[in-house]
Amino acid sequence: MAIGAFSHGPSGITTDAPAQRSSRIAWLLLLPGILYLVLFFIVPLFSLVMTSFQEMVPGGFIGEYQNAFRWENYTEVLGMYGEHTLRSFLYAATATVIALIIGYPLAYFIGVKLRRYPLLQSLALVLVIAPFFISFLLRTLAWKQILADEGFVIATMKTLQLLPDDAHITGTAISVIFGLAYNFIPFMTLPLYTTLERLDLRLIEAGSDLYANPFTTFIKVTVPLTMPGIISGTLLTFIPAAGDYVNASANFLGSTSTAMIGNVIESNFLVLQNFPHAASLSLILMSVILVLVSAYVKKSGTEDLL
Amino acid sequence: MNRNLPADPIVRELVQHARSAAMSRRALLGGAVGTASVLSLAACASGDTALTPAADISADDPTVKWANWPFYLDEDDAGNHPSLDAFVAATGIKAEYLVDVDDNNSYFAKVKDQLALGQDVGADTVCLTEWMVSRLIRRGYTQKFNLDNIPNHANLVETLANPDFDPGRQQSLPWQGGFAGIAYNTEKLPGGLKNIDDLWSADLKGRVTVLSEMRDTLGCIMRAQGADITKFTSEDFYASLDVLEKQVTDGQIRNVKGNSYTEDLVSEDALAAIAWSGDITLLNYEAGYEKWKFVLPESGGTFWNDTFIIPIGSPRKTNAEKLINWYYDPAIAAEVAAWVNYVTPVKGAYEEAIKIDPELANNQLIFPQEETLKQVHVFRTLTDAEDNEFQAAFQSVLLG
Repeated sequence: MAIGAFSHGPSGITTDAPAQRSSRIAWLLLLPGILYLVLFFIVPLFSLVMTSFQEMVPGGFIGEYQNAFRWENYTEVLGMYGEHTLRSFLYAATATVIALIIGYPLAYFIGVKLRRYPLLQSLALVLVIAPFFISFLLRTLAWKQILADEGFVIATMKTLQLLPDDAHITGTAISVIFGLAYNFIPFMTLPLYTTLERLDLRLIEAGSDLYANPFTTFIKVTVPLTMPGIISGTLLTFIPAAGDYVNASANFLGSTSTAMIGNVIESNFLVLQNFPHAASLSLILMSVILVLVSAYVKKSGTEDLL
Repeated sequence: MNRNLPADPIVRELVQHARSAAMSRRALLGGAVGTASVLSLAACASGDTALTPAADISADDPTVKWANWPFYLDEDDAGNHPSLDAFVAATGIKAEYLVDVDDNNSYFAKVKDQLALGQDVGADTVCLTEWMVSRLIRRGYTQKFNLDNIPNHANLVETLANPDFDPGRQQSLPWQGGFAGIAYNTEKLPGGLKNIDDLWSADLKGRVTVLSEMRDTLGCIMRAQGADITKFTSEDFYASLDVLEKQVTDGQIRNVKGNSYTEDLVSEDALAAIAWSGDITLLNYEAGYEKWKFVLPESGGTFWNDTFIIPIGSPRKTNAEKLINWYYDPAIAAEVAAWVNYVTPVKGAYEEAIKIDPELANNQLIFPQEETLKQVHVFRTLTDAEDNEFQAAFQSVLLG
């Protein structure tokens, strides 16, 4: 579609020599991008699909596979790791909802309430992005220390009787979802901010003029107008969160009971060297996300916004 | 392609390099599909054909690259390695020390395609744990030593001289060894722990961590179950795995991890662990007092060694051999042992250590005497089929 838009030119007459030249220029300009996609997306994807159907070399060493059409790889991993797959999407969905609940008011405050104070607004935006100045791994490790059994958070909660004496947070689903939500909040907030910042306040005024209470105005006016931000924010959070393997890893906030699909893929690739299983799991993850996302986008009626 | 190669080794290597580059360029030009099949073929390159060691250019290229694990060589505050600098000064061979190994499996996954093609992996010698070394030797991925270049190999302790995977140590020599046993927090557990079963007591629920290195964790548990890990059976293995699985599912074991288990000990998420001896010495050193204690379980712990090999594609074998020879000098071995706190395989290092620091020399975890060595056992070599099966079963417990 993008190519079409270029090649027809503004005049719409394709037989013109200048138009043909501009079409050639358009292709030339697209070439690096296309080459990049072919080399670093299509070829590896093809290799991944081929790997996912490989079988062990009979009598071969660990990690030796040959090309075949072994579709059982897919049924095997679904049987073995179905629970992990479900868990991944559950964690990612919960983290996305939490990030939305935290990110929306934050973006609203920065984009709408701080509109009159441009300096404060920029400062607030910098604060949203500030965590990125420190490595993602370090921040996650820091949370592991903060939430540790002998840390002040747990001690305080135990004193306040909010937690039973033998309870802990690190290594549980709570800490993993917390970590996911925390790490992806900026990805949720920034797209929300860009739509909220452009929100026409006169429409909200009109809403209250028409006797809608603030809540109804929010639901009927603000939310639909900021839908593009909500959609891109949730997608930017959900997709990487579903495949994330850092937060749920035993080395960070997870434990043996919180392994997500990314951890299973890692274990199959690096420890077990079961490349076909790892490849088929990656493809399953990719297709499930694709299906979920297209259903979601279709349901929200915002195909044009993407 | 059949023209004779130039006699000069450096030029020869350059020409060989250029030729192989031309080959791969042609493969790339084969188009997207061609490239993809090259990629997937590389992934399953077979080890059937015998590999030939790379031509040795040591004489013309006085450098050597050594890949090793973190915190595994003496280091001063400026980040220099005194013993290695002394090697450079003594031999004129410029040594590059690479902290490239964090895990046997992931290091292997990283270099296995080059090894299978007989190419240089970017290190002239690398230290890996013996079970991985045995796998590399089985596949012909290592070069045989010229022991004339390593006269100090005679200093290797007898107990390690004849492993089943390399009788007579023709292509592997141990770097450092260590024990896996129990570590506990002496402040929270003043009563101490003596056995693996003590880790399963009710008051430690959720405060125990064990190693993700299968041979150490299951080795210790198997000993506690009464199995002999130098010749255990499949039943012994699964019986211990059941114990591990039960403790993991019940939440007694909070986590199963690699090197980072020490963080859990420090944060006190874990009060007790199946741990590596040298780490605990280092943790106590950082804490400034004996906050943690390492004990070998009464039923016995495991003894492992990380071992030098020269990868098949290394073109600087002689330099690597000189480096290994350097570290088999008892005085230098003692110097390293004093810093890394692991067990040195070099005879005479104990006598040298007494001269430096008698207290250190009497640390059983660094210079174990007969009594201590009786308490530890080496996990037997697994066949590829067993390795595959046992690792898969172990990983399925780790993934919950």
